[in-house]
Amino acid sequence: MTNESIQQQLTDKFGDVLSGWDTPYGMLTFSTRAAKNTEVVGYLKNELGFNFMTDLTAVHYPDRKDEELCVVYMLHNLIDNIRVRIKAYVPSAQPDIQTMVDLFSTANWLEREAYDFFGVNFVGHPNLIRIMNVDEMDYFPLRKEYEMEDPTRRDKDDEMFGRGNWQ
Amino acid sequence: MTEVQNSTQHHIKLTEDSLQKQTTTLNLGPTHPATHGVFQNIMEIDGERVLKTVPTVGYIHRAFEKIAERRSYYQITTLTDRLNYCSAPINNMGWHMTIEKLLNIQTPKRVDYLRVIIMELSRIADHLVCNSVVAVDTGALTGFTYVFQFRERIYEIFEEVCGSRLTTNIGRVGGFERNMSPAFFSKIESFMRDFPKTMKEFETLLNRNRIFMERCIGAGPINADRALNYGFTGPNLRAAGVDYDVRVHAPYCSYDEFDFVIPTGTTGDVYDRYMVRNDEIWQSYKIIQQALEKITRLEKDAPEMKDVFYAPEADHFHLPAKEDVYSKMEALIYHFKIIMGEIAVPAGEIYHSVEGGNGELGYYLISDGGRTPYRLHFRRPCFIYYQAYPEIVENGLLSDAVITLSSLNVIAGELDA
Repeated sequence: MTNESIQQQLTDKFGDVLSGWDTPYGMLTFSTRAAKNTEVVGYLKNELGFNFMTDLTAVHYPDRKDEELCVVYMLHNLIDNIRVRIKAYVPSAQPDIQTMVDLFSTANWLEREAYDFFGVNFVGHPNLIRIMNVDEMDYFPLRKEYEMEDPTRRDKDDEMFGRGNWQ
Repeated sequence: MTEVQNSTQHHIKLTEDSLQKQTTTLNLGPTHPATHGVFQNIMEIDGERVLKTVPTVGYIHRAFEKIAERRSYYQITTLTDRLNYCSAPINNMGWHMTIEKLLNIQTPKRVDYLRVIIMELSRIADHLVCNSVVAVDTGALTGFTYVFQFRERIYEIFEEVCGSRLTTNIGRVGGFERNMSPAFFSKIESFMRDFPKTMKEFETLLNRNRIFMERCIGAGPINADRALNYGFTGPNLRAAGVDYDVRVHAPYCSYDEFDFVIPTGTTGDVYDRYMVRNDEIWQSYKIIQQALEKITRLEKDAPEMKDVFYAPEADHFHLPAKEDVYSKMEALIYHFKIIMGEIAVPAGEIYHSVEGGNGELGYYLISDGGRTPYRLHFRRPCFIYYQAYPEIVENGLLSDAVITLSSLNVIAGELDA
């Protein structure tokens, strides 16, 4: 099984649902239409032997209109020892995507983590609550609009520590 | 019912069925002598039997992934230290190898072998902690005091390389900051000489110990199918019978040149996890022996290799020697440029994983060519397999739940990132 044969089989099966084929640093990467994510991952798991979910996370691209949030899945076929990376883009205004918990128990906490930090709403998740942050938090901290404190800010009174009246 | 109504008149608010129910709610943790780290489990127990447990995580969450988006590449190494702090050098080197992969740097063989030595030493240290703590939780404190001397010896070796012990910040992109001292090699030599005797004593104490076996066999089992579905990796997956090891499946650091076996278990219970780690210690020992031989041969064939401790292509990422930084203008400028992240890196998307003490430790890095990562995600094995904990311990004994937690080797730093 090679990257090309996987791409061929997936294209035959799903056609234009999948796009953006690439192999950065050797790992086959492609995007799926967000509504079809469980079908694609289910096909990879049941038909192509990708029975191990290595990772699930999200990335925020504030500049991409209507596809600000990207959910990234990484699957591993342990028999043929090959990995693929699947991306599904959802708008941050309505970040709904089907859960993978039915296919992989791994996804349970990883989806909670992605929800906690990015606000991705995994539809059908049995327990979609915050996992790392406090329950009272009312924002999603890994989105790019929540900047960390700027180390060059001047409004703090700390001139004794070398940051005071620079000008 | 009347009792419940009475109780509502007081300050203590009980739930409707709390007085009728026959089970006890037990709050185990977050700081409890039996949990070895900040873990909280709210358990519903019937006598000694665990019916249900709800783990709470995040007590020591430090937002590493957010912090990493504001830090230059070298400044992230210190964050990786604090993931699995029992084997910090593996995390450091995994991160450096991720950058090397991004920059397309090939490391010289001597660097690979030195890295292998240090990573395998940290694996031994990690497994020693885990196994001796399993023994402590079953009531045998003696073994712990024996093997911890050797964990100390390993830390002394790290100290010789980088000056620190627990959170090591060891190595640099492309290799090491300076060449290994003769003391480094002599300390390894004495470690290799003395360790087997103590390790054998430790094994004699526990491996076929009737009490220990009765206590561990059948406690906290998980089968291979569930373990894979839960994304287990490392010794915990291998104890269930799946021989997946990143060192073999995606070799890094010239691991493909080494001769070692992947120990596996069958039932995935506490005893199998203990035995797999125990065998892995011996395998690591074997790998270190081979690496030392390979270095000796390398230096014999090409004496100039003795001075190779980092990849020449990584020169622009290599910090100048400290004495030069204090005395030469150029070196000072380069030092600042590198630390402040002014070194050009290509844009790219990369996943690199290493076999950490607890399994596949992955770095998913998206670089936009800037001085900091656009996004950095750590695949933390502990976080992924700890979610199976309720399934493993439910319907078992409370005391089994405690040894299961320690034999899974859940490290709070890695769990909470």
